Amino acid sequence: MKMTPKTATLLVLAALIALTPFFFPSGYYYRVGALLFVNGIAVTGMVILTGYAGQISLGHAGFAGIGAYACALAPVHWGLHPALAVILGAAISAILAFLVGRPILRLKGYYLGVATLGLGILVAMVLNNERQLTGGPDGMAVPELGLRALLKGWGLTLSNGEFWYFFCGLVLLVGAWLALNLYASPTGRALRALHGSEVAARTVGIDVARLKLQAFVISAVYASVSGSLLALQNKFVTPDVAGFMHSIEMVTMAVLGGVGSVLGAIFGAGILTLLPQVLTVFAEYEQMVLGLVMVLVMIFLREGLLPSVLRKFRGKDE
Amino acid sequence: MSDLLSIEGLGITFGGLKAVHDVSFRVRPGEIVSVIGPNGAGKTTLFNMISGVYRPGAGRVVLEGDDVTGMEPHLLARRGMSRTFQNLQIFPSMTALENAVTGYHLQERGPVLADLLGLPGARARARRAEEGARALLARVGLERAAERAAGNLSYGSLKRLEIARALALEPKVLLLDEPAAGCNAVETEEIDHLIAEVAASGVAILLVEHDMKMVMRISNHIVVLDHGEKIAEGDPATVSRNPAVIAAYLGVEEGQDHAHG
Ligand SMILES: Nc1ncnc2c1ncn2[C@@H]1O[C@H](COP(=O)(O)OP(=O)(O)OP(=O)(O)O)[C@@H](O)[C@H]1O
Ligand SMILES: [Mg+2]
Repeated sequence: MKMTPKTATLLVLAALIALTPFFFPSGYYYRVGALLFVNGIAVTGMVILTGYAGQISLGHAGFAGIGAYACALAPVHWGLHPALAVILGAAISAILAFLVGRPILRLKGYYLGVATLGLGILVAMVLNNERQLTGGPDGMAVPELGLRALLKGWGLTLSNGEFWYFFCGLVLLVGAWLALNLYASPTGRALRALHGSEVAARTVGIDVARLKLQAFVISAVYASVSGSLLALQNKFVTPDVAGFMHSIEMVTMAVLGGVGSVLGAIFGAGILTLLPQVLTVFAEYEQMVLGLVMVLVMIFLREGLLPSVLRKFRGKDE
Repeated sequence: MSDLLSIEGLGITFGGLKAVHDVSFRVRPGEIVSVIGPNGAGKTTLFNMISGVYRPGAGRVVLEGDDVTGMEPHLLARRGMSRTFQNLQIFPSMTALENAVTGYHLQERGPVLADLLGLPGARARARRAEEGARALLARVGLERAAERAAGNLSYGSLKRLEIARALALEPKVLLLDEPAAGCNAVETEEIDHLIAEVAASGVAILLVEHDMKMVMRISNHIVVLDHGEKIAEGDPATVSRNPAVIAAYLGVEEGQDHAHG
């Protein structure tokens, strides 16, 4: 029996998540892995927005910021359990994306880029300026999720690093599964259709404005959850999570690996998460490297790294 | 029988150019009405206004008794209007099958949450659309191209793919903008048969085509445009004898482009 691309992608992903820890030289790498997965979640959202629907956003870190600060604020101020705070953050992000999305998504190309950029900057500014609430640029502490202690009670003892590695890996798997379900569904096909030709999509009855908005809201939820998980594992959050650089990082990761495919985009997230670990100079020149990567990919590998490489391999046996 | 589609004094100008001016005609169910005219006569612009791609500057489009002038294309699609494009509007990165599947959007769309979760209902909807699309591809002779990326298909194949996609909507009115352009004689004849078959099932067809033999053969009624205006109208025999039509086509007036095909 032939395996569907969806099953294959999920198996590859699950195998990578489960097996790579055997090769970790030290416990520190669990942390790097967890960071990779957190980025992978945000980037999977970009695949839906940019890869499927063809819409760009340079402000999705704003939603990551909302997710992150929901986990910092809601438990302290309203006594909400951090797990529920993740959901609250996702809901706020979804509502904001819904409200802002309709006017913004009428724009195309650069204009959409600039408008989303503004949205991201706005969120970052609020987080920076509301000092009494958010601690401003100094950031604030985030309470413990508490799931690790719960697991321990059930007899499953994990180190902090191990817990976040496997937990974020699991969330990434779920996120990838949802995105892959969407791909071949009527909604996913409509999204990809409007990407290909808006006028043709409209004439087959696709409500283009509505579908773009759905993709925007879904991807905002991905970014929000990613931000929440980042804050919870760091137990600390600063407005940088909502910053412009973080937005650019998301887009670059997705585009580098191949924004058209879930696995490709996660692969891109992997490269750009690991690079600073391997090359410490990267941290200093991060902005330059991101810019360079973006330019090179746009010129030489329009589809992204993974699809281009796969095509090379397939090309040989055809 | 009453009119399915009625075009009443439709017009639009682009920066001073009257691309279409005061054009009126009617289409009944099962009828094939052709719109002909030299290059730049305004045929495609007329289609764009009827299908809601352009908002008309003047006049009305009446579909089944309702004024649908300037209505969004996706809402017109719900009311049974479907079309193809002269300058191919396919979804290049999708397979031929998926392109045809999109034509089932209105019939098989569902809650986005169900689609995300891959619920059995969502999968059943996707499957039904695929089955329908496969049958349509077979009907236009593209069954063997189903899994190929649409971007890699020949021009003639893409023309037929667009027809398959448009038919998936099970339209009441079908607008075909040069469906046989770039097709060889055999393909043209197949398209010819297909159009006649669709019309026979009661669909009103509005056709723009430069292949005059095809137009004369299958049209019930012909509307002739020149410089955006209707210069003649009638059954094929009447229209082909009309001096104004002959003049427009031979370029007697103001050195207009010669007719082609
Ligand atoms: N969006 C637009 N903006 C400006 N001018 C336009 C636009 N669309 C069409 N026109 C002009 O309107 C006129 C009619 O064009 P149209 O494409 O409708 O002609 P046509 O009859 O379909 O010609 P052909 O046989 O070459 O397809 C032309 O002069 C064209 O340049
Ligand atoms: Mg035309």
